[in-house]
Amino acid sequence: MTDLLNVENLTVRFEVKRGGMFGKKAHLYAVDDVSFTVKRGETLAIVGESGSGKTTAALAVARLQDAYKGRVELDGDDILPMEGEALRQVRQKVQFIFQDPYSSLNPRKRAQDIVQEPLDSLSDKSKAEKEKIVAGLFEAVGLRPEQMRLFAHQFSGGQRQRIGIARALATQPELIICDEPVSALDVAVQAQILNLLRKLQKDMGLTFLFISHDLGVVQHMSDAIAVMYMGKVVEHASRLDLFGNPKHPYTQALLSAVPTVDRTKRAEQKRILIPGDPPDPVNLPKGCRFAGRCPVAQDKCLGEEPALVDDGKGHRVACHFA
Amino acid sequence: MSPLLTVENLRIELTTRDGVAPVIDDLSLSLNAGETLSFVGESGCGKSMTALALMGLLPEKIGRVAAGKIIFDGEDITHASPARLREIRGNDISMIFQEPMTSLNPVFSVGEQIAEAIRAHQNLPRKAAWNKAVELLDAVRIPNPKGRAGDYPFQMSGGQRQRAMIAMALACEPKLLIADEPTTALDVTVQAQIFDLLTDLQKQSGAAIILITHDMGAVAEMARDVIVMYAGRKAEYGPVDAIIEHPRHPYTQGLISCVPHIVSDMTEERHDLVEVPGIVPSLKDFGRDECLFASRCQHRTEECMSKRPVEKHFDNNQIADCWHAEEL
Ligand SMILES: Nc1ncnc2c1ncn2[C@@H]1O[C@H](COP(=O)(O)OP(=O)(O)O)[C@@H](O)[C@H]1O
Ligand SMILES: Nc1ncnc2c1ncn2[C@@H]1O[C@H](COP(=O)(O)OP(=O)(O)O)[C@@H](O)[C@H]1O
Ligand code: SF4
Ligand code: SF4
Ligand SMILES: [Mg+2]
Ligand SMILES: [Mg+2]
Repeated sequence: MTDLLNVENLTVRFEVKRGGMFGKKAHLYAVDDVSFTVKRGETLAIVGESGSGKTTAALAVARLQDAYKGRVELDGDDILPMEGEALRQVRQKVQFIFQDPYSSLNPRKRAQDIVQEPLDSLSDKSKAEKEKIVAGLFEAVGLRPEQMRLFAHQFSGGQRQRIGIARALATQPELIICDEPVSALDVAVQAQILNLLRKLQKDMGLTFLFISHDLGVVQHMSDAIAVMYMGKVVEHASRLDLFGNPKHPYTQALLSAVPTVDRTKRAEQKRILIPGDPPDPVNLPKGCRFAGRCPVAQDKCLGEEPALVDDGKGHRVACHFA
Repeated sequence: MSPLLTVENLRIELTTRDGVAPVIDDLSLSLNAGETLSFVGESGCGKSMTALALMGLLPEKIGRVAAGKIIFDGEDITHASPARLREIRGNDISMIFQEPMTSLNPVFSVGEQIAEAIRAHQNLPRKAAWNKAVELLDAVRIPNPKGRAGDYPFQMSGGQRQRAMIAMALACEPKLLIADEPTTALDVTVQAQIFDLLTDLQKQSGAAIILITHDMGAVAEMARDVIVMYAGRKAEYGPVDAIIEHPRHPYTQGLISCVPHIVSDMTEERHDLVEVPGIVPSLKDFGRDECLFASRCQHRTEECMSKRPVEKHFDNNQIADCWHAEEL
C-alpha cells in the first residue's frame, strides 16, 4: 500500500518568555524533527503523555498551526508551502475531529449548518447538493433526520461527537485527524464512537491519524503506531510489532503501566516504573530526552541524542541500546 | 474482626427542581481495615455522592440521609453532629479528589497546608509539624522534599500535585482513605506511580481504601471487592476476580466488554466493540420501581420493567441485582 501522508523532519516551535515580563525569549520545540508515515486506508496512532507534542504535530499536518521546518507530503505533494486555491484543496482533503464535543461545536448554529459548514467554505456545490450530502451524513453517523434542526446543547456528548464526525466527512476528505476523539466520553459511548469510526473507515476507505493517550483504544484502532516523548518520535512500528515487541524503554514502561482486566497479562506483566517527571521543555538535556527517567540509561545517553533508526523491517526506534 | 466500615440499606435523597430523588438507593456494604473496595460505573451513577455521604459532606440543604446506617469503627455516624463529623474527617477518614487544585489552596505553600492538616489532628508545634510535612512529601516520593515543601501548588506538575494531596490526606493517619477518580486526569505512567504509592502506604498503615474509578482495569489491579453502580443503585457486588471472570449483571458485562483492553494474545483480528446503547438516566428518573438499566439491556423482559430487581446471591459471594442473573 502507498503512503498517503509522509511527514519528514517536521518541527514546530513556540516563542515563550521565561522569568516574568522582562524575561528572556526562548523557544519551546513542541515538535522536534519528527518523521512518520501513514498508509492509504490505514490508521496511524500517535501516543504519548500529555505535553509530548501530539496535538501540535496534528495541527501542523492539518495546516492549522505553522510549522518551523520540515515537509508534510500528502499524496506526494508538500502541503506546507501551499497558499490560496491549492491550500483550499488541501483543506478539503484533510479534516479534523476534536477532543471536546462540548466546546468544538458552535452553540448558535443548528446541527445541519454545523455539518454543512466545510461545504460552504471549501466547495462550490449548489444548495440542493449540499443539503443532500448533509442528510446522507446524518444517516451515516447514526443521527435521525429530525435531529438536523436541533442546536448543539440539545445533544448528549456522544451525539455531539457524531456531529463532529459528520462535519469532518462533509468534503469527502482523504485524511481525517482525530485528536483524542473519545477521551471526554464515558466508556459505553466511547465504544459506540470507535465502532462508528471503524465502520466509516471501511465503507469510505478513509485514512486516519488517530491521537490518543489510551493504549487500549490505540491497539484497537490502529494499524501502526508512533510513540512520542517530549517532542520526539521515539518508536514507530506496526501494531503487532509495537505491542508484541516494544523496543524503546519508554514504550516498554508505557505499556507496562496500563492496568488490565486480563489476568494472564497481569501475571506476566512486570511494571516498569519511571520515576520523576519529564524535563523542562524549554531547557532540554543534551543527550536522550528520556535519560533522566530511563531505567537502562548509560553514559552515552547523556551526551548523544539517539536518532530514529529502522531495523530494516520497518520497526523504527530512537535509543542507543534498543 | 468486625469490619471498619459497614453501610446498611443507605438511602440518600436529593431535593432538586425536579423533586426528591434517591441518588443512593438501598446501598449496603462492608469493608475491613487494610482492604480496598472499588466503585465503578459511568458518570452520573452516584459514585461521588456515595463518597460524600460517607464523609458527612452531602450538599447542604438539598441532600439528606433518608434511611439506613453508616457505621464506622463501631460508631453509628449516620446522624452524627457536624462537629463530630469534622473531627472524624480530621482524624479518621480522608479524601483525595480527581482535581487536586480544587482541594489545595493556591495561596499557601504545599508544606504549610500539610503542616496545618497535621496540627489540626495532633497538637504539634509549628516547626515539628513542618518537619513532618517534609517527611510526608518524601513518603509520597516528591523528589527533594525539603526544597519542594515551600512550593505553591501551581509550581508543581499534575502528578506532583496529586501526590501532595495524598500527603495531605495521610497527614492525619486515616483509617479510611476515599479516593475519587484520583488518577483520571493523569498519564498512565503517573497513574502507575500513584497506585503503587497507595498500595505501599496501605501495607504500612493498614488503612482501608475506597477507590472510585470508571476503569475496570484499575479495579482489577487495585481492589479486592467491587461495587458496580448504576443510577444510584448497586448493580453487582463481590470479589473483583469472580466478577471479572463471570459478571452476572448485564451492565457489568457491558462495562467490561465495551472497553478495548490490551490483551496478552493480540492478533491481527479485531471485532467490533460491544455496544451498550443509550446513556445513564438523569437523577429525576432514579428510584422507580423497575430495573433502571432496562432501556439499555438486551436481556430485558416484562418483569424487568414492572418491578425493581431483587438481589441474587451466588456461592462465591457475588451479588447481582438482576431478574435474570442466574441465567447470565
Ligand atoms: N500555543 C502554544 N504556545 C506555547 N506552548 C505551547 C502551545 N501549544 C502547545 N504548547 C506546548 O507544546 C508542548 C506540546 O503540547 P501539545 O502538542 O498540546 O501536547 P499533547 O497534545 O501531546 O498533550 C507542551 O509543552 C505545550 O505546553
Ligand atoms: N449538587 C447536586 N445537585 C443536583 N444533582 C446532583 C448534585 N450532585 C450530583 N447530582 C446528580 O446526582 C447523580 C449522581 O452524581 P455523582 O455522584 O456525581 O455521580 P458519579 O460520581 O458517579 O459521576 C447525577 O445524576 C448528578 O447529576
Ligand atoms: S538512549 Fe539511553 S536513555 Fe535514551 S532510551 Fe535509550 S537507553 Fe534510555
Ligand atoms: S433486570 Fe432485566 S433489564 Fe435489568 S439488567 Fe437484568 S435482565 Fe436487564
Ligand atoms: Mg493534545
Ligand atoms: Mg464522580
